[in-house]
Amino acid sequence: MNPSLEQLTADYTALAGQVETCDFALKGYHLSVAVPSNQVVAAAEIADRAGFSIDAVTGVDWIAQNEMEVVYDFFHFTSPLRVVVRTRVPRAEPELPTISAVFPGANWHERETHDFFGICFTGHPNMKPFLLPEDATFHPLRKDYQP
Amino acid sequence: MNVTKETLHLATAGDAPQETFVLNLGPQHPAAHGVLRVLMTMDGEWIQRAEPIIGYIHRMHEKMGENRTWAKFLPNTSRIDYLSAMHYTHAFVGAVERAAKIEVPLRAEYARVITSELNRISSHMVWWGALLLDLGGFTPILYAFDDREKILDLLEALCGARLTYCYYRFGGLYNDVDDAFLKGTRDFVKHMQPRLKMYRDLVTDNIILRKRLEEIGPISAELCRKYGATGPVIRGSGVAYDVRRAEPYSVYPKLDFKIPVYHECDSMARYMVRMDEMEQSLRIIDQALDQIPAGPFIGKVPRVLKLPVGETCYAVEAARGRFMVRIVSDGKEIPYRVKLRTPSFSNLSLYEEASRGMILPDALAMMGSLDLVIPDIDR
Amino acid sequence: MMKFLTIEPVRVLLYLVGIIAFTAANAAYLVLAERKGAGRIQRRPGPNEAGWAGILQPVADGIKLLAKQVMVPPGTDSLLFRAAPLMVMAPPLLCLAVIPFGDTIVACNLNIGLLFVFSFGSINVMALMLGGWASRNKFAIISSARVVSQNVAYEIPMLLVVITMLMVTGTMNLGEIVRQQAGGFWHWNLLKVWVNPFMPVTFIIFFICMLAETNRAPFDMAEAESELVAGAFTEYGGMGFGVFFMAEYANIVVGCSLATILFLGGWQSPIGVLSGGWFGAAWFLVKLYALIFTVIWIRWTFPRTQFYSLLNLSWKILIPVSLVTLLLTGVMMKIL
Repeated sequence: MNPSLEQLTADYTALAGQVETCDFALKGYHLSVAVPSNQVVAAAEIADRAGFSIDAVTGVDWIAQNEMEVVYDFFHFTSPLRVVVRTRVPRAEPELPTISAVFPGANWHERETHDFFGICFTGHPNMKPFLLPEDATFHPLRKDYQP
Repeated sequence: MNVTKETLHLATAGDAPQETFVLNLGPQHPAAHGVLRVLMTMDGEWIQRAEPIIGYIHRMHEKMGENRTWAKFLPNTSRIDYLSAMHYTHAFVGAVERAAKIEVPLRAEYARVITSELNRISSHMVWWGALLLDLGGFTPILYAFDDREKILDLLEALCGARLTYCYYRFGGLYNDVDDAFLKGTRDFVKHMQPRLKMYRDLVTDNIILRKRLEEIGPISAELCRKYGATGPVIRGSGVAYDVRRAEPYSVYPKLDFKIPVYHECDSMARYMVRMDEMEQSLRIIDQALDQIPAGPFIGKVPRVLKLPVGETCYAVEAARGRFMVRIVSDGKEIPYRVKLRTPSFSNLSLYEEASRGMILPDALAMMGSLDLVIPDIDR
Repeated sequence: MMKFLTIEPVRVLLYLVGIIAFTAANAAYLVLAERKGAGRIQRRPGPNEAGWAGILQPVADGIKLLAKQVMVPPGTDSLLFRAAPLMVMAPPLLCLAVIPFGDTIVACNLNIGLLFVFSFGSINVMALMLGGWASRNKFAIISSARVVSQNVAYEIPMLLVVITMLMVTGTMNLGEIVRQQAGGFWHWNLLKVWVNPFMPVTFIIFFICMLAETNRAPFDMAEAESELVAGAFTEYGGMGFGVFFMAEYANIVVGCSLATILFLGGWQSPIGVLSGGWFGAAWFLVKLYALIFTVIWIRWTFPRTQFYSLLNLSWKILIPVSLVTLLLTGVMMKIL
């Protein structure tokens, strides 16, 4: 079952998301969806139902806007379609729900994001330091990180 | 030992209550191929839970990407997965070229394909030898390294490095592929085809190897999807996903090759996928050598590279699967964010679920069939 | 003076000293042979620095191992930990005492030589198990458990084969068994198909069991270095490890000697000429080293088997087949 771009656009628009269709040759993905941070699980479920696979979860620190962006990449095994779901959380309190119940593979990616940015994924089963040392309290990819 | 209602029932029935112990495999262990640590809760030789613990050679490449210019980050890309350095450089170079809209000359694209596929063969050679070492066969790795040596010699003549090549540049290559390299590669293809047949006769058809790998370590396509596993792992589970076809890049659309797919989902399927991939890589190299045009090997690139504001992704099929680079630029000379999505990371993340209930030697055989490179996981 | 040397206790003592020297030198140079053989199979030279073609390599290895501290890790059962290497080395030495290297070259011509070899041969398992157990290391304990189940499984077909041989030969005296095979290779037990058409199969079963009993590849479950680091020997260092290593080769020598005596005519010449005396000893050594080379060859060619298929091989194939040969031999001896 291959998902169609129109169906996905409709699904994500229904999710109060801003959907933007992109030129693959310029961006490297077809669909960029911005959703509120409490909607990421629903967004992941849409991707799951459409047969997408988890590519990566990562963060970007927009210190000028005082926000953190969390980016979810999805790719599809059989159709050449790439979807990016992004959401923003305030820098002071970076918290959003985990999608590891939908995609177990997101477990590690979220732990890594927590390590690097200090973004908390509520409901995550194992939010321990992952790539950083066990006693690490710093988050090196924050733009205000001073080593 | 926890006496629960269940174990108490077993004890009264005459069986010993279940006892488990924790086996700390690694970070220094012969089967870990580096510094991977797996904490195993064992019931005898059966694994109840195997939790990989990573990060022992974490180097924070993503942070390094944020404090140097685009060009200065290039050597780092070779060091993420040192066994398939060409592919990783290709992805980063590709992402920057896509963002800056740099035209790459055709000759450079063909040279990239040739060197990438050579690198794929050499990477699979290491995997093949290391897997056989895991299974207790010592001899194949020396044969594999013998052939790999020929590839390394070719690439060394081209770019001076034998492992961390850093051969690609934005808009082209570091230097031109010369006739000696093209001729040497042609000779290598001729040399390699009978060698692959010999490997098949000597090792692949060995009954002990087949017993060790067949029906061992099943990974379903659905499990791969949930964990984002790619590369030979997913192709061994019956899904023909290959970035070279799914998100065509470079000149791969012009070349004729098959994506080897096996539906058995077991370790043998993953083994066969990689063996067939080497053959297909030879085919690709052969065609690319026929088609490579004359011309410049590097395009026009500004001396000071500043990328337009925005975000770009670029994915390649590395030897272990899908490698994606996501770059975010704020218009300055240095990247705002470089995200490296590595295949081994996702491939290992399903290990905990897939290894449940297996016995130790089988679990290690399966780990070998995943083809892990630890720096690739830790980054 | 010569008379003094032929007094029974002195003679046995001299033979034992000779056997220990033979075993030690043999083990040391078998390691070199193994490394050279592996090198040959793997298209590399092997050790070639110490002395001519690496001839001094075993000496260098021995000095290195002797110079190392014998470490007893804290928390181990230090008595058993120290006793295990002794227990693993003693049985093959004792077994070699009854092995006839030639018509008259035997330390102790026991009437129950075969029984003697097998009863002492099985101590080896216990020594490995104790060594692994005393090490207080999880890898070592897993390995010990494997060694016990593997050896229990392979002792049975091996003894069934030996019983078959006992029925054919009618004696447990190893010298007598060899004497029965005199007069060319068609008299060897291996080819006595008129006694039992399965005789070559019996030999193959014996050889496989011998590989498994000595924990050699492809049945090296005890060591299994890619799974269990070094198995039962994980905690041993220096000469403790060295003794385990030597015992492995001594066991191979014992196993291959037995195979030679039982199936390949011991010191008998294969074509009937050049037999007896020192020629006999030479023939014996030629056969012995041919078998040892086969063992080395197998190790460097095959990957390790999986533990459960190893046990299946014994319980489901080797034991039934050896039982059939046993019955067939009995029936044929009764009829003919």
